[in-house]
Amino acid sequence: MRYHPHTPGDVRQMLDVCGVSSISELFRSIPEGLRLARPLDVPAATDEVSLLSEFQRLAARNRTEHPPFVGAGAYAHHVPPVVDQLLLRGEFFTAYTPYQPEIAQGTLQALFEWQTFVTLLTGLEISNASMYDGASATAEAVLLATRATGRGKVVVSAALHPEYRKVLATYLASTGDEIVTVPHGADGRTDLAALDAAVDDRTAAVVIGYPNFFGVIDALPEAAAIAKRGGALAISVTSEAVSLGLLQAPGALGADVAVGTLQSFGNGLNFGGPAPGFLAIREGLVRQMPGRVAGATVDRNGRRGFVLTLSTREQHIRREKATSNICTNAGLAALAATIHLSLLGKSGLAHLARLNHARGRQLRDAMKRAGFGLCFSGPTFNEAAFEVGDAAAVVERLARKGIAAGVPLSRWYPDPRMKGALLSVATELHTPELIELFAQSVRG
Amino acid sequence: MNFPDDLKYTRDHEWASVQGAKVTVGITDFAQDQLGDVVYVELPDVGDVVKKGETFGVVESTKAVSDLFAPVTGKVIEVNGPLVDAPETVNEDPYEEGWMIVVEASDPKELAELLDAAAYRKFVEEEQE
Amino acid sequence: MANPTGWKPSMEKGAGSGADPQDTGLMGATRGLAVEEPLVFEQGSPGRCAISLPAVPEGSDPAAEIPAALLRGEIAGMPEMAELEVVRHFTRLSQWNWGIDTGFYPLGSCTMKYNPKSSEALARLPGFAGAHPLLPGSMSQGALELIWKLERALSEIAGFPASVMSPAAGAQGELCGLMMIRAYHVARGNPRHKVLIPDTAHGTNPASAAFNGYSTVTLESGPDGRLHPETVARAMDEDVAAIMITNPNTLGIFESHIAEIAAIVHAKGGLVYGDGANFNAILGVARPGDMGFDVMQYNLHKTFATPHGGGGPGSGPVGVVDALLPFMPLPVVVKEGETYRLVTDPAERPRTIGKIREFWGNMGMFVRAWALIRELGPEGLRRVGELAVLNANYVRAELSGHYNLPYQTDTLHEVVFDDKLQKEAGVSTMDIAKRLIDHGSHPPTVYFPLVVHGAIMIEPTETESKETLDQFVAAMRAIAAEAKADPEALKAAPRKTVRARLDETRAARKPVLRWTPGMKVE
Repeated sequence: MRYHPHTPGDVRQMLDVCGVSSISELFRSIPEGLRLARPLDVPAATDEVSLLSEFQRLAARNRTEHPPFVGAGAYAHHVPPVVDQLLLRGEFFTAYTPYQPEIAQGTLQALFEWQTFVTLLTGLEISNASMYDGASATAEAVLLATRATGRGKVVVSAALHPEYRKVLATYLASTGDEIVTVPHGADGRTDLAALDAAVDDRTAAVVIGYPNFFGVIDALPEAAAIAKRGGALAISVTSEAVSLGLLQAPGALGADVAVGTLQSFGNGLNFGGPAPGFLAIREGLVRQMPGRVAGATVDRNGRRGFVLTLSTREQHIRREKATSNICTNAGLAALAATIHLSLLGKSGLAHLARLNHARGRQLRDAMKRAGFGLCFSGPTFNEAAFEVGDAAAVVERLARKGIAAGVPLSRWYPDPRMKGALLSVATELHTPELIELFAQSVRG
Repeated sequence: MNFPDDLKYTRDHEWASVQGAKVTVGITDFAQDQLGDVVYVELPDVGDVVKKGETFGVVESTKAVSDLFAPVTGKVIEVNGPLVDAPETVNEDPYEEGWMIVVEASDPKELAELLDAAAYRKFVEEEQE
Repeated sequence: MANPTGWKPSMEKGAGSGADPQDTGLMGATRGLAVEEPLVFEQGSPGRCAISLPAVPEGSDPAAEIPAALLRGEIAGMPEMAELEVVRHFTRLSQWNWGIDTGFYPLGSCTMKYNPKSSEALARLPGFAGAHPLLPGSMSQGALELIWKLERALSEIAGFPASVMSPAAGAQGELCGLMMIRAYHVARGNPRHKVLIPDTAHGTNPASAAFNGYSTVTLESGPDGRLHPETVARAMDEDVAAIMITNPNTLGIFESHIAEIAAIVHAKGGLVYGDGANFNAILGVARPGDMGFDVMQYNLHKTFATPHGGGGPGSGPVGVVDALLPFMPLPVVVKEGETYRLVTDPAERPRTIGKIREFWGNMGMFVRAWALIRELGPEGLRRVGELAVLNANYVRAELSGHYNLPYQTDTLHEVVFDDKLQKEAGVSTMDIAKRLIDHGSHPPTVYFPLVVHGAIMIEPTETESKETLDQFVAAMRAIAAEAKADPEALKAAPRKTVRARLDETRAARKPVLRWTPGMKVE
């Protein structure tokens, strides 16, 4: 076994030092009746050559030859090969949580850079070192708001990602906090009148997608103003983070907390995970923040360095009184995003965002030419819902051609008017020719 | 370790300085030494009511966090605001500049239950063993 | 009022410089050449860019569609660098880091074993890396088959009828497990209020319990480091929802009364949660499902060698017994004939607790974990547990006498010493840990578990050779000798790292958590 370096001679010598005659003697503290008397029932061991062909066969059963036209919380973007080559440096890859800062300055400085990128994108003052994903980050943001306000009700837009709403409901099941969902209007934006009516002096937070699940750039400034009037926190949720290179920062529009995922930067799709969740807050909320955070300090010779800090909020110190139970987060996925954002830089990010907006426009134009209008009238970034008659049937039909057309909104919205709604995206990976071909294929 | 004779003490390592019904509260020299460098102090607001034996705030070092327990029941009439921006004061001067709150005690009988300096010193010595 | 870790910063000025260039330590650590590296935000020059993208189509005008108030231009503060600058930046940062690939990493309870490179190649196959989570079932059979097979294998390895695959890390697995426990009790009419947790537990256990609205009752372990049935019996009543037990526990000691403890808890209607963080110790040798555990999370980034990545991503699937099957969060993957299908609709599983993360779980980690299981097979998996325990016991035997062993009880995959013998000379666990760096090893886990004051928790894992362990032992013995002869030298460590000891107090008192223009940290 190539991962186990022990020769029979090594084992012999080591057993002698331990003062036992066999390895099984080392397990004498496990009562006989609790030991497994048979080999595990898993497939027999295989070699690397066979392993590779076995996994190639499995991977080939996933159809990924065309960039998917489905987004809905996970976005196919170009990841420059530089990102992965740097990511694979074993010193990053095989390190763990930087509890010994003197030999983890690489991880710590990169986390500090991640935190800075998150604050630049969101326009807020403080970011933590990453979360599991956008959905759990949203749930954690709501819990933060309940602690910060001492209130127990959260008002959520129906146009927030349905998976995020499900996770939020699951997280809140045992806290007794109440979730009120307000509808969206015909423009695909959150119904502001309904939102205004729902927010009261028990409301801890208002949660709104930006852009929202329909790809529509939602009314964040208005929603944030309503939250503020009610003494609640405004939480902005972004799953297509490339949009933040074109759209005004959530913090600048009144959001107190911004969460979501930066999967769009430097991270592949990986069938939905891992992805780097993020959580950014206004300065005054820092004591309520969940998760790890890196901070700058000096070493004993006065040189700048980085450490994990404000740890007393966390589970390993505060235990049952911690702000969250989160421990391991998404460090490497956050590093991938940090590398990609460094490559993009100021002009590259703006370029990528404009290109994505333009591809979204090309998709809408091509669909229009093919006879398919938009379901919602609100402005969009690179993703939109199209009225295609029977969306589920279209997805099925295009799947046979190896094209992932999008998702039928009926999957989450039982309203019969949603039957025709197909949510599709175009990014820099979708050439104008491919977009045209796609629109024609939807027509059949 | 310094435990001034004119103060009263709790088994949670707070000290209390009693002037009539006014009781000034802080943490002891032993407590600050155990915690290490204090980096954060969270105190109640003036007007809040604290209850004997219940928490009224939090003090933190980089690796430890400790609740602060009220030695007496009563209303908070003063809070040492500058501590929040200068938590190191708790280490440097726990009995003077490092005071935390002043409580107007509602039940003077509770004061009798506090330890004197000698009894507290003995308690600390026992706890360390 | 106590400092549970016993740790206090020590920041004597003037120490910590001038490492002897001839000193290679006992594990070969030289100073090396490390280059100072500013933040990305402090480098580059206006106008540089490290990206190559198609042109933005002409005539495209966001302002024509999106209200001006919702638009922004380029973001001030973003870096402007050429590609080589970015490459050097992250390469240099990596050189400031220590990974398993660099050297020994005996971080107790973290199972820092070798992460196979072939797994990386497999996870990068376009069919996995490029698969969108919402691909129609007909286009994602490979991913679903892999999840199904891994779920079957994990369940067999741990002795449970089924496993939830979606939790993103061990702590989320705990959360998920407790949510199912709560749902189970709610379905029986009473969620109950308490969770029992031994004093040796990871901090995530009480935090996860509190997250579910449970108050925690701490159970004291006995003088042998084990939890005893009498202790559990005294605390157990019909208001206890569950007990959370790590087995072997964080002292590396097998909870040999586990079956009796489980029976006591079950008799009062409670459930037994297993923290699988230390599962590596018993892999292939014993199964939690056979010991009375009702739920347990697996940490794929520990036991199944998926990379720790500087703090994640992890993956924390959860095995459950039959009684909890109805409450599993969605999705689950089912096999119908030769077809695999994701169950996502609560209508199919009306008692599900819901969903705990977006999509289906950390697929990237599933590919790697399945690759390891395939390569090891049944014999190889058992060998993992056996060699992990052999390595830890070897280190224990070689260091006993040089360091104080607070518990004499048999240990499995890890061993916990303390600094009692060194304290007389004023040398603390933190000093020992930092000095070890200068020899060329990552320190063990320190100041945990909390039941051992000044704990030094060593977990070598099965992938380390006898030679590496011998070097580590020599370094640890040298440090013990140095603690007597020259304690000041230990206080000055580490001397070979790019930074000397860092001022954590300053970081916490005046938090600087992001770069801002003109930032100065002095």
